[in-house]
Amino acid sequence: MDRNRRAEKASSRPDEKTGTSAQLQKLDRATGRISLAVFFLLSASAPARADAPMAYTVGFGARNFPVVNLLWALLIVSLLVILIVTGLVIAGVLRPRDVPRSTDPRLVPLERPERGLAWIYIGTAISAAVLVGAAIWTFSTLAAVSGPPRDAKVKIHVIGHQWWWEVRYDSDDTSRIFTTANEIHIPAGEPVRVELSSVDVIHSFWVPQLSGKTDLIPGQRNDTWIEADRPGTYRGQCGEYCGLQHAHMALAVISEQPAQFQSWWTHQLEGPPASQTETVAAGETNFIAKCGICHAVRGTTAGGRLGPDLSHLMTRQTIAAGTLPNTPGYLSGWIADPQHIKPGNLMPLLDLSGAQLAAIRQFLENLK
Amino acid sequence: MTVAEHERLPEVTERNPSLEAKLHAMWESAPGLRGWLSTVDHKEIGVLYLVTAFGFLVAGGIEAVFMRLQLSGPNQHLLTPEQYNQLFSMHGNTMIFWYAFPVLSGFSNYFWPLLLGARDMAFPRLNAFSYWVFLASGIFVYCSFLIGAAPNDGWFNYPPYGSREFNPGPNIDFYLLGLIFFGISLTAGGINFVVTTLRARCPGMSVNRFPIVIWGTLSANAAGLLAVPTVSAACLMLWLDRNFGTHFFNAANGGQPLLWQHLFWMFAHPWVYMIVLPAMGIVSDALPVFCRRPLVGYTAVALSTVVTMMIGFGLWVHHMFATGLPVLGMSFFAATSILISLPSGVQLFSWLATIWTGRPVFTTAFYFFAGFIVLFVIGGVSGFVTGSVPVDWQLTDTYWVVAHIHYVLIGINLFPVVGAIYFWFPKITGRMLDERLGKLNFWVMFIGFNLGFFPMHFTGLMGMPRRIYTYPAGLGWTTLNVITTVGSFILAIGILLFFINVLISLRRGAIAGPNPWDAPSLEWSVPSPPPPYNFAVIPSVASRHPLWEERLQEADGTSVLDRGLVLDHHHETLAVTAMDGEPDLILKMPSESYVPISLTLCISALFAGLISHWWWLAAAGTVVGIGVAIAWLWPLPEAGQREAPADV
Repeated sequence: MDRNRRAEKASSRPDEKTGTSAQLQKLDRATGRISLAVFFLLSASAPARADAPMAYTVGFGARNFPVVNLLWALLIVSLLVILIVTGLVIAGVLRPRDVPRSTDPRLVPLERPERGLAWIYIGTAISAAVLVGAAIWTFSTLAAVSGPPRDAKVKIHVIGHQWWWEVRYDSDDTSRIFTTANEIHIPAGEPVRVELSSVDVIHSFWVPQLSGKTDLIPGQRNDTWIEADRPGTYRGQCGEYCGLQHAHMALAVISEQPAQFQSWWTHQLEGPPASQTETVAAGETNFIAKCGICHAVRGTTAGGRLGPDLSHLMTRQTIAAGTLPNTPGYLSGWIADPQHIKPGNLMPLLDLSGAQLAAIRQFLENLK
Repeated sequence: MTVAEHERLPEVTERNPSLEAKLHAMWESAPGLRGWLSTVDHKEIGVLYLVTAFGFLVAGGIEAVFMRLQLSGPNQHLLTPEQYNQLFSMHGNTMIFWYAFPVLSGFSNYFWPLLLGARDMAFPRLNAFSYWVFLASGIFVYCSFLIGAAPNDGWFNYPPYGSREFNPGPNIDFYLLGLIFFGISLTAGGINFVVTTLRARCPGMSVNRFPIVIWGTLSANAAGLLAVPTVSAACLMLWLDRNFGTHFFNAANGGQPLLWQHLFWMFAHPWVYMIVLPAMGIVSDALPVFCRRPLVGYTAVALSTVVTMMIGFGLWVHHMFATGLPVLGMSFFAATSILISLPSGVQLFSWLATIWTGRPVFTTAFYFFAGFIVLFVIGGVSGFVTGSVPVDWQLTDTYWVVAHIHYVLIGINLFPVVGAIYFWFPKITGRMLDERLGKLNFWVMFIGFNLGFFPMHFTGLMGMPRRIYTYPAGLGWTTLNVITTVGSFILAIGILLFFINVLISLRRGAIAGPNPWDAPSLEWSVPSPPPPYNFAVIPSVASRHPLWEERLQEADGTSVLDRGLVLDHHHETLAVTAMDGEPDLILKMPSESYVPISLTLCISALFAGLISHWWWLAAAGTVVGIGVAIAWLWPLPEAGQREAPADV
């Protein structure tokens, strides 16, 4: 995935906005570019973006562009304020005086200079102007990102669990509705509507390079939307403290070309390939008996809903909500002792024989 | 007709040794432990507050040390997740509740009557009571560590994670009951500060002559009286949910988890201003001493202090921008969050102007106050950025906010507090703190703090969430976390140097004399340490700077400090009219008493009973407590309360 150039694409995208808001957007982008240039001058040593997948100082897609621009502007204003005030403190302290430098206040005569109030008048006036500017920019950004620029064709429902993400793809055609977990595929360049809810405690949906946080709150349905303007994988993580394993509740958003996305969706609806070997068949039997109460695999009788849906597990890059890479070794290790890496998670230690473990793993590896 | 004691016309004399000896015998606390347990002397209570608050600072600091070690590299296993969660929760609770406000109450307790020209707080026994309850509530919460069940849902304790279904142990009950318990102390202290300011002052101490720290502390305590009930109610509701199956916050049964967030932040946002405004007031008063001129823009600073506190009640929702609230509502709170910077700006520009137009004197205290201004600005702008809703969706719950809260709490609370100790230590102990060690102390703290906590802004921008016990490699967080760990250890060494300086100087510091800094306010007109009765005769003031007014030629009349009203029939001080400070009545004060600590013990028994479900203990604590309260309210002959009915 190529993320080395900042997404200038936004300006070449057909702009559906008109008049003032388009002008505002242009202004935002220009300012954003200037801010970006300043920042890179300031932080030449900052790690490359590929090394910082959670950094929201860069953004991809219409949901995040205006926010990233505003963030940069505020950061630069802040930095300037800090530098100016620090300079004023240092200069004010070290400025030559008519009395010798002393460490004993009793030796320095008192004075009641009349000047001084001008500092408050001028300083407050400048601050007020900057603050009002920041407030107006904030409101216009808020308006710009509060809804997608055009109707979202893809609608997904993300449900928070301690400590993983259930993801349900919605469709008018009920045969195309399906559930997956922890990895969200979206079509590049298309806004996607995301409905958020939680079955236990409060979590927060956050994919920094696509969108800020929106909470998942039990008893409440929240809405947000995301858009990735280009293909790529975007890391996310739970943004609200949710208990023991809050640290291990990551997710990934995988943006693909629309055609690729549609074929991924169609593939997800299918059941597992027929068991080619006896071990895989034995694995399926064991899986249904041992794991099927909590986990579902489409096309089998395993239909548990307490844990992540494992259909097409092998199409995912990670297991345990972004905690481990999805390799046979880690998969075996995880099934053998789920409490080692992620202590406190709700998957129990199953009493599996070596043969059962191997069979289940091979069954899972078959879920391509 | 006899004139009631409190309405008599007292005589006026010069300060003289025989009067001082008489007052000394009358006001002195009992020696030894007995004296500490029964004291009602605001100065002793102030010292108790300060020492206890610093004790909690050390406890919270030790918790932080473990956390920083755990986070010094990816995938560390020094702490289990549960241990980490308990430590970060208790670190926050300790620093925010049991250190940051009480330490300021310590200064206020010690100096309030001295600054206002009174002999004691308006309600001396209530003052002792608020201290003992503060101590007891802190011990109560720390008892949770003994059974390995410390609060583990952060300092804001959101349900449903804080509900019994997801958090079945007693951890959260310690938090809930502990905060209700602590709220009693805040309420008692708040009433005392407000009434003392309004009534117990010397003649001429009109509101426009208050030192700014009085404005800061008055605003903070008045705000506390309004804010604490919401959090106490919220804690009671969640405690009922957890222990008796009510459904205030339980969505499955029609409750509303978000309600907790509203109630909590309605308290906790003002609270953030409560723990900085008195500290900012200290700077506004002490910085001019070391700039050899009065504060620039006194009126503007006093008003902006009050205005900040008022606006502070109108932006609690900016902690909840990610909860899915309507855009229009969020816009309002974004506007208040951004505009609250203005009154803070007024104070900032006043300090800058005071330095520029003054003649700085390079004492350690001045270093701390000047350094504070820089930290104030960093903490201020990092908060201003989070006020912008769309940007906050990214920043909230990341290390950006961790950086911000530490610049606020360490920068705007701890730095002025340590500076204030350098400033007032000579008054409290009669000895100077060592200045050379002091400057080392400042630089180590200042460099360590900025090295540790400034990079946290970048950790936040790199997307590291707060409250995670570990993190994987490869996200760009590792180096920054190493730097933060190193910096925070340097900060810890700096704080250690401060304690060492205090311990050494207690014995070996140079003798201070009454006014080593040539400072202008009333506390410097009495000996160091001040006598138990504060002022032998009640002074009267004619300006904002009684000890400077002659040289600055700012008074209409002249402040009189050596000649004044003699109040020597038992413990007495003067009551004045609220606005103008005209003499009104004589306040008869109670002397030392075991009642405050006894009532605290009864309340402790009540809370111990509630946490352990030993209802008999709770009942016993309540019944005995009511008895003690009756004893407290029993009319005192020495306060003239028993004769009073005869005059009617």
